[in-house]
Amino acid sequence: MRVGLMIPCYIDMFYPQVGKSTLGLLERLGVQVDYPFDQTCCGQPMANSGAHIEAKATEELFVRNFSGYDYIVAPSGSCVHHIRNKFTAADDTPERRHVSSHTWDLPEFLCDVLKVGEFPWARFPHEVVLHVSCSAIRGLGEQTMSERPHDPWFSKPRSLLEKVDGVTIADFDRPDECCGFGGTFSVTEEAVASAIGNDKLEHIGASGARYIVSPDMSCLMHLQGCAHRDRGDFHFLHLAEVLNGDAQ
Amino acid sequence: MKAVDQARNALAFLEDEVHERAFDTLIWGLRVRRDAAAREVPEWEDLRTLASQIKEHTLANLAHYLEMFEASAMRNGATVHWARDAHEHNQIVDDILSSHGARHLVKSKSMLTEECELRPFLQRRGVQVTETDLGERIQQLDDQPPTHIVGPAFQKTTKDVADLFHRVYGSDPDRADPVYLAQVMRDHTRPLFLSADAGMTGANFAVAQTGAVVTVTNEGNADLSGNVPKLRICSVGIEKIIPGPEELAVFIRLLTRSATGERITQYTSHFAKPRAGGEMHIVLVDNGRSDRLADERFWGSLKCIRCGACMNTCPVYRRSGGLSYGATYMGPIGIIMMPATDIRRYRELPFASTINGSCSNVCPVHIDIHDQIYQWRGVMNDHGQFSTTKKAAMKVAGAVLSQPGAYRAAAESGVAALKVLPHFALYNRLNAWGRHRDVPEPPTETFHQWYARTRGRDGTGGTSL
Repeated sequence: MRVGLMIPCYIDMFYPQVGKSTLGLLERLGVQVDYPFDQTCCGQPMANSGAHIEAKATEELFVRNFSGYDYIVAPSGSCVHHIRNKFTAADDTPERRHVSSHTWDLPEFLCDVLKVGEFPWARFPHEVVLHVSCSAIRGLGEQTMSERPHDPWFSKPRSLLEKVDGVTIADFDRPDECCGFGGTFSVTEEAVASAIGNDKLEHIGASGARYIVSPDMSCLMHLQGCAHRDRGDFHFLHLAEVLNGDAQ
Repeated sequence: MKAVDQARNALAFLEDEVHERAFDTLIWGLRVRRDAAAREVPEWEDLRTLASQIKEHTLANLAHYLEMFEASAMRNGATVHWARDAHEHNQIVDDILSSHGARHLVKSKSMLTEECELRPFLQRRGVQVTETDLGERIQQLDDQPPTHIVGPAFQKTTKDVADLFHRVYGSDPDRADPVYLAQVMRDHTRPLFLSADAGMTGANFAVAQTGAVVTVTNEGNADLSGNVPKLRICSVGIEKIIPGPEELAVFIRLLTRSATGERITQYTSHFAKPRAGGEMHIVLVDNGRSDRLADERFWGSLKCIRCGACMNTCPVYRRSGGLSYGATYMGPIGIIMMPATDIRRYRELPFASTINGSCSNVCPVHIDIHDQIYQWRGVMNDHGQFSTTKKAAMKVAGAVLSQPGAYRAAAESGVAALKVLPHFALYNRLNAWGRHRDVPEPPTETFHQWYARTRGRDGTGGTSL
């Protein structure tokens, strides 16, 4: 199987370790991974702002870079949600459709394709909270949402994190409320975005855990920037860093 | 009209931490109660699907059901009026009142009459209008529009109300308990029912087969407003029609559970006939609804039963306050309804959302609210409603991100990297990212540079860039 690794722009620029952990983890699991060298971004920043015309060329570049792969894997539910469900700025071609239907968020790929049962190389002896993004929950269906109380409970990211030796997962209030990031929303409505983010940190802080793990680094980037009083005590980690044993 | 600056209004709300906290706590509490109520009903998801299908069927055959409703209502002895827009609605109500020499109107809460701005219209013509529902009355006394479609005064604390009633009624400002305050209000409005010349209600539903206008309330003021005076007027948006009592049962089960987590309200009232010796007038109002029905992207918003669940779950609404939207309907449902009425005035509303999807998943009639918000953003761009700086920023972002060379240059020029990510949208308020938050530290090497250094372009060996 041909697997193309998508490294979202904000991970490329701000969190290269997350890219390295994702690549390392996939290779450790025996996957041969290509990193298409001319990749940039999925187009979401423009499309999500309503700028579809402006997103077209970026989406089409993505299609050119990735249409040759059987699986396209990205450590970002938000980007995958865009590519899978909202990828309409690019011209409608068989290649675009292929890309939309063959892109996987890392937890989905690990759970549903590779069916990974253990991470024996990883150990993380800490109490953590798991923040799963709205894109992953309500966009990709990686976890039961609180809005639908009759659905049987499951969580793909949590099922992975639970397999890491030493991890204790703490619960916190309003676990699947949005963190307030919302892409460009966090800039145009930065006061509201910060208020939501600080409330999220307040709820997490009350659990006693100081490690915040998420399969979406964009939420963590936002939370990391919030001016919460406990901010200095929190550690923000992408799920891939924990699963690959890169976080101690 | 000048565009509503939701973000700026929200900032003003957030600066008052006491109210922001209280509002978020109160409104999130409604969401929690809604979840508990939904959990009690095993067929909850089936009910939502059924309700959506009933609404879609009715909207797809709206003319048929409207005429059926009109015929039923006339058979019951009511008079039916048709209003194309808000002005016609207000004019019809004024004509009915003046033909009876009615000078004092008592009414219960109706978002439609808010939408039509009926109260100021009638007051300019010398009609005294008294809101009789507690929340709506509080807002009227404070000269403020509703802050929530179910609880108009949710944004006020009991202390605010105690102060207001002290100012208006001279009640004890130190007694901020709801029971006392409700009694103060009751003491002052109950006598008005007896002296009023006419009474008015809105409608939660209008049942085509029976011709009944149905209201779902707790305080009973709709019943007093509608039954004590001999002249009764009911304003009904045309999307409120449902086929029959069986369909009504589905919505009654969903509405209050979705709104406040109650299984049912105190009063589910069917207004079908005029009281003895009286008259009943029903005004069916379009006011843009037919246009929305014809829009294949946004017609689904007409399914709304005004439960407010989307607002209660919305993290942005709870931290912005209801007034920040500058609109009759606020929160997620407001975002998708208001721009159709005035695209320029409400051009910023679709951006007052993180598009997290919670709203669509609590909606009892399956409106794809967050998808419509997303689509409205595109409509704003298509209709030239982006500011020139935003448009320019989007073009630059699109150009940089579609060219690997340009993107790499931007991403790897150190300080420039800092700018590129927030650069997507730094069009609005310069460096907004840094005001309430810190900017992430840029690492010394991007992932791409690391890959190139250690593995090379084709992944077989290092150094190529």
